[in-house]
Amino acid sequence: MKRGLVVLTFVILAGGLLLIPALLDFGMPAFSDMDDYFLKNGQEQTAANNIVTAVVFDYRGFDTLGESVVLFTAVVGVGLMFRRMLKEEEYEDE
Amino acid sequence: MRMSKLVRTGADLLYPFALIFGLYIILHGHLTPGGGFQGGAVVATGAAIVIVAWAYEDVAGMIRKVTMKAQESAGLLLFIGTAALALGLGYAFFTNVLANSGSLFGLSVPFGPNPGELNTAGVIPIMNIAVGIEVWGGLTVILLYLLSGLNKKEEGS
Amino acid sequence: MFWNLPFIAVATLSLIGLATVVTKKNLIKIFLGINIFEAAVNLFLISLGYREGGIAPIFTSAPSTDMVMATPQALTLTSIVIGVATSALLLSFAVIIWKKYGTIDTDQIRRLRE
Repeated sequence: MKRGLVVLTFVILAGGLLLIPALLDFGMPAFSDMDDYFLKNGQEQTAANNIVTAVVFDYRGFDTLGESVVLFTAVVGVGLMFRRMLKEEEYEDE
Repeated sequence: MRMSKLVRTGADLLYPFALIFGLYIILHGHLTPGGGFQGGAVVATGAAIVIVAWAYEDVAGMIRKVTMKAQESAGLLLFIGTAALALGLGYAFFTNVLANSGSLFGLSVPFGPNPGELNTAGVIPIMNIAVGIEVWGGLTVILLYLLSGLNKKEEGS
Repeated sequence: MFWNLPFIAVATLSLIGLATVVTKKNLIKIFLGINIFEAAVNLFLISLGYREGGIAPIFTSAPSTDMVMATPQALTLTSIVIGVATSALLLSFAVIIWKKYGTIDTDQIRRLRE
């Protein structure tokens, strides 16, 4: 019973995922107005040759700020989980 | 546990090249593919090769966790400080105040393919360096914590 | 069928990753399945922005100026870094569980309640 339920869920998910190659066109994106603006005016406004770096750090800088904070939080989380195990070693270092 | 002498010598020879390559990718982020995150990952891979080839007890005296934690915090503070610099000058948050302006990184670039100058793109190279320092420090700290947690002897088991 | 090959690869990799998470018992293999699924999602993001006959959106010594879309590549960078953060936290979970229980088999971990 449980195994049959797992196989049924898997078949439904596989059918849903196989709609992706069936319905989308590869090579003809539907809406590209924002990217046409970035490609035409990005080099004059930001004076950078690499449009991807200009989008990541200049036009969409807030997302990069959030991502840096996520990476910092991950390091804080790893340090927090090993805190009890390494308790005596940290005080010996200083 | 230490690896053999061949692996240790190879890691010692490879680390400067990985460092130079990673710093090149970080610094030329506005001209060629790459940038802060990719270059920081390459430099952290070079540090990981050295940490894995030598035993953890030999390396723990030289690459300390306190130094790398300070480096990561300095990278994030430099990133936020560069973004808040535009607030102090009267513009909105995150404005590119140094582009097309003629001071530190401020050469203008016309539209079209060109060979690429290092002096362009305003605030973007400073942000690239800040993010590269942060990713290098962060990935090395994660690796050091995982290795020291594995090597610790159990007390009372 | 082969003009759609990146999307077929996305569907295949997603199914492989999902099957690994559901059926395997070793903790490290489950984390590898999560990693495969995240790689499939990143591939999907990048292949949505392709234009026919375009080159990379970089103007340094570019041979022409019709380029592919640049925004999905920027969003994929963020997604890759978040995948790294997730993998780091999951692997530190695995180290702590191995120190406490002595094994990383999920059937055993459920039974040794201390």
